[in-house]
Amino acid sequence: MTTTMSRHAGLLEEIDTTLLPTPDREIPVMGKVPAGAGREETIAFLERAATEVRRRAIQTVGAVGAGHLGGEFSITDTLVTLYLSVMNISPEQVEAGDPERDRIVLSKGHAANALYTTLALGGYIHRRALRTFLQPRSMLNGHPARTKIRAVEASTGPLGHGLPIAVGMAIAAKLDESERRTFVLLGDGEMQEGSNWEAIMTAAHRGLDNLVAVIDRNRLQQGARVEDTNALAPLGEKLAAFGWNVVELDGHDHGALLDAFEAAPAVPGTPTAIIANTDKGYPISYMRDNVAWHHKVPTPEQVDQAVAELDEILARIDGSRTGTLGTEKDAS
Amino acid sequence: MTATTATTTATTVASVSSERTTYDCRTTWAATIADLARTDERIVTVVNDSIGSSKLDAFATEFPARTINVGIAEQDMVGIGAGLAMSGRVPFVSAAGCFLTARAMEQIKADVAYSQTNVKLIAQSPGVAYGDLGPTHHSIEDFAWMRTIPGLTVLAPADPVETEQVVRWAAAHDGPVYIRISRMAVPDVNAPGYAFAPGKAVTLRDGEDVTIIATGTTVTRAVDAADLLAAEGIDARVLSMPTIKPLDSEAILAAARETAGIVTVEEALTTGLGGAVAEVVAEHQPCTVRRIGFDDAFAVTGTAEWLLDQIGASPRGIADTATGLVGRGR
Repeated sequence: MTTTMSRHAGLLEEIDTTLLPTPDREIPVMGKVPAGAGREETIAFLERAATEVRRRAIQTVGAVGAGHLGGEFSITDTLVTLYLSVMNISPEQVEAGDPERDRIVLSKGHAANALYTTLALGGYIHRRALRTFLQPRSMLNGHPARTKIRAVEASTGPLGHGLPIAVGMAIAAKLDESERRTFVLLGDGEMQEGSNWEAIMTAAHRGLDNLVAVIDRNRLQQGARVEDTNALAPLGEKLAAFGWNVVELDGHDHGALLDAFEAAPAVPGTPTAIIANTDKGYPISYMRDNVAWHHKVPTPEQVDQAVAELDEILARIDGSRTGTLGTEKDAS
Repeated sequence: MTATTATTTATTVASVSSERTTYDCRTTWAATIADLARTDERIVTVVNDSIGSSKLDAFATEFPARTINVGIAEQDMVGIGAGLAMSGRVPFVSAAGCFLTARAMEQIKADVAYSQTNVKLIAQSPGVAYGDLGPTHHSIEDFAWMRTIPGLTVLAPADPVETEQVVRWAAAHDGPVYIRISRMAVPDVNAPGYAFAPGKAVTLRDGEDVTIIATGTTVTRAVDAADLLAAEGIDARVLSMPTIKPLDSEAILAAARETAGIVTVEEALTTGLGGAVAEVVAEHQPCTVRRIGFDDAFAVTGTAEWLLDQIGASPRGIADTATGLVGRGR
């Protein structure tokens, strides 16, 4: 089936390609965390968003028969926290090319499906575009391309590229005397690339406190455990020795992520590294912390099981959210 | 504009050979980029401990914040250049050609060309400029490598006037550009009032018998070869090819049609300009092509001028190769 879609914020071209089957329901367009939301409401919003992204992402991979789900599920919480809450960014700013918008570089570009799904949930690309993932002439490559999607700041895919690019963006912000921040999301296996350590030195030397690097410490690379392949530990001490302020946290804890992003730069004149301890495949029972799920494709039954597990989380969020709102209303 | 830089470069004569004043084009590059930076706030330079070898000392003094020296880290250097370009700056990433291309090849491919970022890659001391330092420091592969990367413009100016114009064009052009800046001293070869046209050959000698196509430092040698040939009754056409990519196929095919054959001359592997010319004629207008350059071999140690003579790129060597094509028929 071929279709043509009208232009939408974030899409540079019309979609003209095969469409994957429609999922059981479309992902909601949630947009930003509502202005004035309290902390608990914000966290519930982000948990819901992350769960919706995972729910849609696994359906996409099931439909197309390819993807990198394990590392997408480990970075999803960081993606939604940044796009929906932390960053000064909106579809309108992207469309207008607002120079003051915050920048984000997904250096682990193989998590493209999680990025695209987050962009759809945030209103940056049309959610129908998700049905073109990996299809001929689609804008949605297996790795994100800035020439195809306006909301993608940097084309990534080969590992060890995003951090030097982000350092360039952070230097530009300093030259412009702009308050904008630059966020770069790296895989932990990717930290084996020497180019990252060149950039880590440069960022510290130049005092780029407008730069935040999140290292998705899921402890697994494509073929084996990171520590069994070419060990990174002690990663925090290494980064600190290179002159970075290091924060280590649970990368699936939206509250902890919010706090760390809000605190940065905790040390003026120093770039921030957030070591986000995560599980590849989180939170799916059969996928979590399992090296097999780097780019394994789930069976239809496994998709159904994952969707059921994620729907349970959504139901729990709904339940507690109602309770929370009720309490707040009672208090006022 | 041109007059200003010509005056500047004339004060730094690198050497005088056979009564001609010759110039180090790096001086022109440095004067031009500083002049551009004075009126265009977007321009920055990014270097790998290569301020001196890029002749950017004065630039660094005048624009310290806009001189980004990342140290000896070429992947970082090109990636940072891309990040600056994505943020609206016009970075001129300047480093020795051998390290800029080979060390950062994937950044050039992915972050610059594929990403279509407005990065200018300035290859200093290219070819065998570092002749006696040995093949690790030669950059004879760069034409062949760079011309295979989609979306990248590849330029090699032949003299100070062309160097200035190429740098000015690159600054005004929105897109990735690779430019060789020669270190080997060269005389003026382009006529007064010369205007660089991207993607166009420059006809320095019109001729009907045979064609010599040269680029960068070998252009002056091609002109001298044509003078030798003229004295011997052979009317050689000389095309200067400041743009390696996109190549001026029209001028090459006209030469293939109208003359006995084509000799290419470059301070590079013959898979650079020579390979590109041979591809064009093989597809559209077959003729004999003789390629002078380094032929699938690392260069031996020696000065740049001596090495060019050794591979047959002396005026006499070029003339002899061209003579061999005349009267062969096609």
